[in-house]
Amino acid sequence: MANPPNSTPALAARLTRVNKSFGEGTTEVHALIDVDFEVNRGELLLLVGPSGCGKTTLLSVIAGILDATSGEIEVFGTRVDQLNQQQKTTFRKETIGFIFQQFNLLPTLTACENVAVPLLIHGMNYELAQQKARTYIDKVGLGPRADFLPAKLSGGQQQRVAIARALVTEPKLIVCDEPTASLDGETGKQILEMFRSTALGPDRAIVVVTHDSRIYKYGDRIAEMLDGHILSIHENDLGPASALELHP
Amino acid sequence: MLQIAIKMLLGDRAKYVTLVSSLTVVSFLFLQQGSIFCGLILRTVRPIEVVGAPIWVSDPQLRSVDESKPLLDTDLERVRSAPGVKWAVPMILQIVSAHLSDGNFTSVRLYGLDNDTFFGRPKMLSGSSELLTQDEAVIVGQAESEKLNNPKPGETFEMNDNQARVVGIADVPRDFFSYPFVYAAYDRALQYAPSQRKQMNFVLAAPVDGANPETVAKQIGKATGLAAYTEDQFRWLTMDYYLKNTGIPISIGISLFMVFMAGTLIVGQTFYQFALQNERYFGALKAMGTSSWTLTKMILLQALIVGLVGYGTGAGLGAIFGFLAGGQNSKVAFATPPLLVIISFAIVLFICMASALVSIRKVVRLEPAVVFRG
Repeated sequence: MANPPNSTPALAARLTRVNKSFGEGTTEVHALIDVDFEVNRGELLLLVGPSGCGKTTLLSVIAGILDATSGEIEVFGTRVDQLNQQQKTTFRKETIGFIFQQFNLLPTLTACENVAVPLLIHGMNYELAQQKARTYIDKVGLGPRADFLPAKLSGGQQQRVAIARALVTEPKLIVCDEPTASLDGETGKQILEMFRSTALGPDRAIVVVTHDSRIYKYGDRIAEMLDGHILSIHENDLGPASALELHP
Repeated sequence: MLQIAIKMLLGDRAKYVTLVSSLTVVSFLFLQQGSIFCGLILRTVRPIEVVGAPIWVSDPQLRSVDESKPLLDTDLERVRSAPGVKWAVPMILQIVSAHLSDGNFTSVRLYGLDNDTFFGRPKMLSGSSELLTQDEAVIVGQAESEKLNNPKPGETFEMNDNQARVVGIADVPRDFFSYPFVYAAYDRALQYAPSQRKQMNFVLAAPVDGANPETVAKQIGKATGLAAYTEDQFRWLTMDYYLKNTGIPISIGISLFMVFMAGTLIVGQTFYQFALQNERYFGALKAMGTSSWTLTKMILLQALIVGLVGYGTGAGLGAIFGFLAGGQNSKVAFATPPLLVIISFAIVLFICMASALVSIRKVVRLEPAVVFRG
């Protein structure tokens, strides 16, 4: 997965004329239409728009869990659209960190074991994976609850475990789907602050799909979508990162 | 990832218990029904085993030990003169009616043993087989002897209007028909059996030292035109007859098939439910870079664990059942040959793997994008 000759080192992701359709004939739905889109390294980009506008589809295409119908997708120098399924699996394992709306923590594993899962996927020894996972659990402030099952944790705590899980392999791109939708306002704010403080770095990027206008101020840029199109991408007028002094 | 698979399985207690208990019931029923089948079939050859003859010679039309097709008296000499025969003795083996002192009648399996050697005499519990030389003497097998009113040495009953006096009790197992076993000297047995033109129905023989019984049996057959079997061949001939001519295989086969179907459906459905309920987690694992092959291995391991635990528990219960209800002299025919253990384990494993395949198919086809569906 070497960099293509025309790749841009400053970019985390670049999408060129990406289309994605579901169904065929009369039932065909165009979820993404000629999307051109870039994510810079070191930024937290918010993808916003009404339900059904294609935000999650776009996120899935960037992360390599959904194949685009056409167009070019380059993520940290890798042409994702040219990879076969096995290569995409490896790409996701090595490059992408996931944070989900419903957390998707395995309910029968402790918080620490959940964080260790991506390390085990990488083939790390179980004991070593546990040790490393514990350091990330500490980073998100859940050290004392490392051995709790997800059911014993609050929604905010579960999302912090999910963040630790997404970070533990130190992926270059972290994709988050509605990370605050299941949380109250204050917890949502804490989670976004944690994204900025622990997840963001100069050689890493975060793309967050959200409806939640309360967290808009945490994005460096905001991309607005409507009916499968990117309407606009603009710097955050609310002046987020610099004012909050959250960049490491 | 295999540790994660184990934790996913054991952590879902309800599903785990359902899977293990289903497989326990399937394993238990397979072993229990299979053991009863084997027990019944093996009882058909008890009349052969208690004799212990290396070679059985009979009429060529005979299909099992329970048929009576008499031989000519001269056949005994013909067998004795066949190549490779060390010795040969006559035997009568017939089902005859016994008239008890209380006026009741019951069928008994009558062995008429060679007058000189008493070859085929049973192991005695009380009395001595040497007493068969006495007039009217018979030995009664303990199993099923209640049908003869549990006679003690000295007590009498009648067969074919001839008095039989019990001189000993023998340790013999129950047979397929649950007949009491009665042993008498050959000449005396001729009087106890219903009168026919020819009465000897078996010649028992042994090969000369070092000769192969199977080869000698073939030589006897060639020389005499009679059927000659090694003990093992005769056992299989008899078992084959009962397998082909009775409803036992189909009756027990139907029960085993029902157990198999029920087990497959319950385990398959539970596994599928397990995969369905864990769909989003499997999706998350796929999204995070777990390959379909790793997920397949995880599911196969889960299936193997429930298979082993379920089979182990079921086999344990089967062993307890066999211990409590079985035994050579129990009314319940119960025998668990090692092959049955292997076959039942293979079937349980097949059920697990077939059920796992349903889950694997679902998980392999699962799009990781499912994790982003609210």
